[in-house]
Amino acid sequence: MTPTAAVGARRRARGRRTPGRTARGANRPGPPKSKTMHTLRGIAVSPGIAIGPVRVLDPRGLRPPLRAVSAEAVPAEYDRLDRALESARSEAEAAEAEARDRIGPQYADILGAHARMIDDPTLRRDARERIGRDLVSAEHAVSEVLEGHAARLAGMADTHLAARAADVRDIQRRILAQFLGPGTAPAPGDTDGPIVVLAHDLSPSETAGLDPARVLGFATESGGLASHTAIVAAALEIPAVVGLGRALDLARLSRSAIVDGDEGLVVLDPDPPTLDRYRRASVERTARFEGLADLAHLPAETLDGRAVRLWGNIEFPAEVDPCLDRGATGIGLYRTEFLFLNVDRPPTEDEQFAAYEAVVRSAGGRPVTFRTLDLGADKLVSYRNGHPPEPNPALGLRSLRLSLRDPDLFRTQLRAILRASALGDVRVMFPLVSTISEFRQARAILRAVAGELAAEGVAVPAGLPVGVMVEVPAAAVMADQLAKEVDFFSIGTNDLIQYTLAVDRTNETVAGLYSAADPSVLRLIALVVAAAEPRGLDVTVCGAMGGEPLYAPLLLGLGIRCLSMAPHQLPEIKRVIRAIRDDRARALAAEVLGLEGAPEVAERLREALIEAFPEAAAHALPGGPHDSRG
Amino acid sequence: MSQDLQVARRQVEILNALGLHLRPADKFVRLAHRFQSEIRVNHEGHEINGKSILDLTTLAAECGTMLVLEARGPDAEAAVEALAELVLARFHETEEGHDKDPAR
Repeated sequence: MTPTAAVGARRRARGRRTPGRTARGANRPGPPKSKTMHTLRGIAVSPGIAIGPVRVLDPRGLRPPLRAVSAEAVPAEYDRLDRALESARSEAEAAEAEARDRIGPQYADILGAHARMIDDPTLRRDARERIGRDLVSAEHAVSEVLEGHAARLAGMADTHLAARAADVRDIQRRILAQFLGPGTAPAPGDTDGPIVVLAHDLSPSETAGLDPARVLGFATESGGLASHTAIVAAALEIPAVVGLGRALDLARLSRSAIVDGDEGLVVLDPDPPTLDRYRRASVERTARFEGLADLAHLPAETLDGRAVRLWGNIEFPAEVDPCLDRGATGIGLYRTEFLFLNVDRPPTEDEQFAAYEAVVRSAGGRPVTFRTLDLGADKLVSYRNGHPPEPNPALGLRSLRLSLRDPDLFRTQLRAILRASALGDVRVMFPLVSTISEFRQARAILRAVAGELAAEGVAVPAGLPVGVMVEVPAAAVMADQLAKEVDFFSIGTNDLIQYTLAVDRTNETVAGLYSAADPSVLRLIALVVAAAEPRGLDVTVCGAMGGEPLYAPLLLGLGIRCLSMAPHQLPEIKRVIRAIRDDRARALAAEVLGLEGAPEVAERLREALIEAFPEAAAHALPGGPHDSRG
Repeated sequence: MSQDLQVARRQVEILNALGLHLRPADKFVRLAHRFQSEIRVNHEGHEINGKSILDLTTLAAECGTMLVLEARGPDAEAAVEALAELVLARFHETEEGHDKDPAR
């Protein structure tokens, strides 16, 4: 994000959708004569502009239907259509029979009607006609025909009939799922070409599974600003927008989309002027970033000579190089959860070591800061029983608490980290520390594991730095006590803000209350710095706040000397650091610590950023070149 | 078959309170499928396939709507007779849209 875009981002409205352009409004009875542009508003989480064909990923794994076929392939598409309808029908009939036994006739009747809808002669005839006439895939044809019916039903005054649109969409999903089911070969051409992905939600591993070479950008219906999905998207440098609200029904009907990861917009079926404007913006953006690339090898130093360390946050070994290319002098946060997600057993020590080794070797002697497992018990459920569902997982058995409760899991990870530590400059930090006693327990296990390894003859360097992540207000308040025993602090601002303000950052309804600018959060950061400074301990900020240009002068002014962020954010932050003075930053920090609330702080920070970048001011006003609200 | 071609036509009124919604349409279609004849349903100039539940539901035939049922085929008379009887019997639904005979 540029300083310009950052200024723009702060004034982002959190409205759901551009007025007057709703899904329903576009679906009046009768087939639309031409595609209408729709602009949806969400929350920008990963910057950049993506333009391309739409693919919808549904919770059931559906892919969006548009795929052109050649005239010769039409008979094969007819066959695929027949097979999909046949298997969908028998699936619905099986569901009907089961429902009749288990649930009762009311529900069974509906499923039976679904079976008749799937077997409907009009559906088959219209879908065949579309395949033959428009040369599109069977799934696209089915989707278009049924969406037309659904739209007509949804537009009816009779509420009983209008509700039938849901039935039509349900059978649509059932039929489309057949095209992906076992025994159905993936459609040829289905995996070609770059796409823009729209989904209800993407799990972090699904996000990571997106191939950045093919997925130009993505947008989700759910999710707030700092959801894990957003973090991964930023790391992979894919433009992303989350929190769109209902969008998939409309997206299924769309051929192309723009994901504007700077402004948090998704434009479906953009009209030519909009497309043209975005294409130009995209070219300008690329040129600007190429300019920033020159910064990579200049020092991160203020105008008055204060040096700041800029480090990278990573999740995968392949992300180390992008960090170093952009001038990172270390890895400030290596998230280690990935190996543990979506697997039916925990990764072995050797599997973990292989990943850790790759990271440490890629870093080439630069510091690599490991964060030990930071997962909730719910995420490990597939291979762990005995942890009942928690009513309040954010306050439950997660992160370091889980590691301490499950010493085998924890020790295995620590062994792998310690083995990797022989290959470079490794540091370890424990997440979600609430009390000094938790830190002592974790460190004691680490020492015991190091002793074991030494006894086995494995070389483990002495003096591995051990730190805590400050994510719980209790740890910030007690930082003076922790400072007596830790080697460094790292402030995880995402959780620190969540716990300080009691806001679930992924809950769209309250995500607007989540703000790094809240003076309560800033005061906690100041407490940590005050505890660390007399002892010469490093304090790093590794949450999302550390990568936002708006906050860089403030964090510097609060005494932070190390910022760790997603790789794409490094050049921009360096540009900000090189444009400001440390003494001015200190004055700014002292001033905002005395302000009454987040809006006042944010406003003051915007002013400070505009002072440093006067040319950004013009862009920060509504109607500027980045303002694309229709 | 052509020597047996019959055409039968009859006008009926939708009498059940909720109109031709999902389950009545489903009953109609299932009954229509028992006959070889092609079944057409005409409503205010729209003619749709009486064996298509999608077509039937999108007719939006509410209570009081007049429909013309038409069958063409060897069993046209019987088809129109049976379908008209179903419509006039309010699709064997209660006023709340429940089935009068869940066991069927």
